Amino acid sequence: MTDRSSELLAIADRVVALAQAGEQVEAYVSRSLSTDVRVYEGEVEHFVSAQSEGIGIRVIRDGRTGTSYAGTLDPAVIADVLAEARDNLGYGEVDQWSGLAEPDGVAVTPQVLWSDRLESVPTARKIELAKELERLARAADSRVRVDDSNYSDSFGEAAVATTTGIRVSGRENGCYLSVGTLADDGDETQTGFGFSVGRDVDELDIEKAAREAADRATRLLGATKPASRRVTVVLDPFVTAQFLGIIGGTLNGDSVVKGRSLFANRLGDQVASPLVTLVDDPTNPLAYTATDIDGEGLAARRNVLIDRGTLGMFVQSSYSARRMGVATTGNGTRGGYAGSPGAGCLALQVVPGTRSQAEIVAGIDDGILVQQVQGLHSGVNPVSGDFSTGAAGITIANGTLGAPVREFTIASTLQKMLLDIAEVGGDLEWLPMRATGVSLVIHDVTMSGA
Amino acid sequence: MIDNDVLERVLSAALRTGADFAEIFASDWRGTGVGLDDGRIEQLSTGRNRGAGIRVISGETTGFAHTADLTESGLLAAARVAADAARQGGGGTRVVALTAQPSRIVSPIDVDPSTVAKASKVELLRRVDDAARSTGGAITQVSAGYSDGRTLIVVANSDGLVARDERIRTLLRVSAVANGDTGMQTGFDSVGHTMGFELFDKVQVEDVARTAATRALTKLKARPAPSGSMPVVIKAGSGGVLFHEACGHGLEADLVAKGASVYRGKVGELVASPLVTLVDDGTMTHEWGAIAIDDEGHPSQYNVLIENGVLTDYMWDYLRARKEGRRQSGNGRRQSYKDLPMVRMTNTYVLNGDEAPADIIRDTESGVYVAHLGGGSVNTATGDFVFGMTEAYLIENGEITEPLREGNLIGNGPQVLRDIDRLGNDFAMGNPGTCGKDGQGVPVGDGQPTLRVKALTIGGTAS
Repeated sequence: MTDRSSELLAIADRVVALAQAGEQVEAYVSRSLSTDVRVYEGEVEHFVSAQSEGIGIRVIRDGRTGTSYAGTLDPAVIADVLAEARDNLGYGEVDQWSGLAEPDGVAVTPQVLWSDRLESVPTARKIELAKELERLARAADSRVRVDDSNYSDSFGEAAVATTTGIRVSGRENGCYLSVGTLADDGDETQTGFGFSVGRDVDELDIEKAAREAADRATRLLGATKPASRRVTVVLDPFVTAQFLGIIGGTLNGDSVVKGRSLFANRLGDQVASPLVTLVDDPTNPLAYTATDIDGEGLAARRNVLIDRGTLGMFVQSSYSARRMGVATTGNGTRGGYAGSPGAGCLALQVVPGTRSQAEIVAGIDDGILVQQVQGLHSGVNPVSGDFSTGAAGITIANGTLGAPVREFTIASTLQKMLLDIAEVGGDLEWLPMRATGVSLVIHDVTMSGA
Repeated sequence: MIDNDVLERVLSAALRTGADFAEIFASDWRGTGVGLDDGRIEQLSTGRNRGAGIRVISGETTGFAHTADLTESGLLAAARVAADAARQGGGGTRVVALTAQPSRIVSPIDVDPSTVAKASKVELLRRVDDAARSTGGAITQVSAGYSDGRTLIVVANSDGLVARDERIRTLLRVSAVANGDTGMQTGFDSVGHTMGFELFDKVQVEDVARTAATRALTKLKARPAPSGSMPVVIKAGSGGVLFHEACGHGLEADLVAKGASVYRGKVGELVASPLVTLVDDGTMTHEWGAIAIDDEGHPSQYNVLIENGVLTDYMWDYLRARKEGRRQSGNGRRQSYKDLPMVRMTNTYVLNGDEAPADIIRDTESGVYVAHLGGGSVNTATGDFVFGMTEAYLIENGEITEPLREGNLIGNGPQVLRDIDRLGNDFAMGNPGTCGKDGQGVPVGDGQPTLRVKALTIGGTAS
């Protein structure tokens, strides 16, 4: 994919140049290419080559906002999209805080988010990686089958221009391997998965992804339903990443100004264990979702949300920042060209501790290592803080991993869980998601089973 | 949208590398969304997405590419990419001649939403905001969304099939926050149908708003949900998601074929309580999962999956049906032209039993009454599934008593199906849903009468 970001910026510029007196206009233009290879039993099951492009236009006049978008960069359609956005603003209601982002003088952190080499990886190599991953996962244990073994890459470019003086573009690419496993023992089947992410195929750790996927499935064989009780849990890095995603969703300015954050009015309070420092850092290129710019075209930056347990700040879009009377934090997020910017975390991470998961487990007398969770979207309410999720994992007794358990839930509240964190592991794991994994020990969680 | 002679030439080009099968799925979507939050209409947004996905199958391999360029040259370029991806080394020329399928209408539309004034759509949300806030003084926030979409579809394949369809969906969703001594609570409700703007002649938006607000207010007085295994009664029209998760996904032939379903090899066996007859029905007029044709061009069907507890069949798409030499069941669906089709549910529901719902509750000494569910998920290989309760109450001595806070329930599909011991006669469909599988979301419906499960694990915090 030749660098077309200047071309995308030129398209955005042309839209902004059509702004009429009294209007603020923003054009967000993006283009992406991706490949997905899925292998099953040594054959390519599918090979998907996907290409998307589109434009989203926001027009603001007298405090009213209208938006429109289209999945094409056809000039005739773009003209229609602008006209539609202009028409739509007549139906929005006046909001004194509405407005586009304005340049805030924060410089873009230099980081390398694009690999030319990834572009030149031949198709045959991508297929071979997925096949090799399947072979390794199956070879790890005779009880293991592979459900699907995948290679995925994506190349994204975006440009934002506004009448307020924002004019930026950026591009990122990356790839990952993922594998889903099934382990059989008689009539019983258990499942596992493994990942590895990188900016380039050489960064992918294929052995680790295969081994973890095989281990996760086989070690659940024989799992039983545990008795209900209160327990200490160790969240596996992948589970922690999902948990952090929910916590991050409660710490944005949009939720605060609209009365939906359970941490509103808690700035400066101790909301988490002193062991917890939670940062949103899209400027770390190791994070799969690292980026130069946020969804409104401001420089992405490192923000410390919780500092040794104390709530330090909320992430902000230009709108939420203006409404709260604070500076923006470069956290405008948008779901591609069709979305409007909101405030959200870009690349969350808990600052890691020092010990490995094995060392942590060795220090626990009675607990559960939670290897997978299920139903976070249905059992967790980020407004009330009620937390309840299905889980499967391994019991920990006197410092060693013991019998596997499944078909139980763990429950608490988000507020209590943050305070009950007893240790952060040193085992940071980069995942194809907006949060980074690390082992996390949480006391006093209710386990519901038989 | 694309003429048949162009479709024929593109399909021929897609077969040039010796493929067994080629297919074009093209769609042209236009929609409107209005969002209300914090007391004001935040914005009205309109959008359009159109394009075509081309699938080429050679042996076990599927190649797929998509394009937003619906001109013949754009389609040919995508066909070449897909054909190369599926290349088997063969070659030659195959001519494709298309035969139009008779068009069919499952959900007749009275008022195409694209002909309705934007101001009328905005007005609905103003009414929602007023109604939700006036439900109780503790309601502190309301957000609501209106959306409509009209999609034109054409599917053509190298077997000569060509089918066209128009799909219209209209949706309203309301979310309310109530604030009290115990903190904030939320309530949600929605209504969505394969129907035009006449939906709002049949449904009063104030009712949807008040339901959402009442759910939030009720939970202000709620106690933590219990922890452990107990009988659960599920209100009619709220628990279809239980079947969607407990067995629906496990009856998708693609998962069965990979040995990733606890229901593999179980056709003809008793897999559920004899009370249970489960149907997947794409023809259910105006329901959220209704489709005239699936996304591979085949007519939707009424498929009985479980009859009186006995597993009768799985659901099928083109690929699985072809491999196993049988007919597809109209369950090949995809999120958009950018996605490959898979086996998916449509409207999945349990037929009526014959008991009065009040009797089921009265005969339950102690347990939980679930009046609204918030979604769920399943591991089809183990059968373990969860679903969230967003409105629930204790049952004590055969009566519904105190409201409970939110939590997940967990169970094992085959076990839970066997543990259904009471079935009501008050069938109702539930809220419109979006079913996720392998990263793709498709609209689905579900429904059931009031029923009881002898034992389910409630994932609360109270002992």
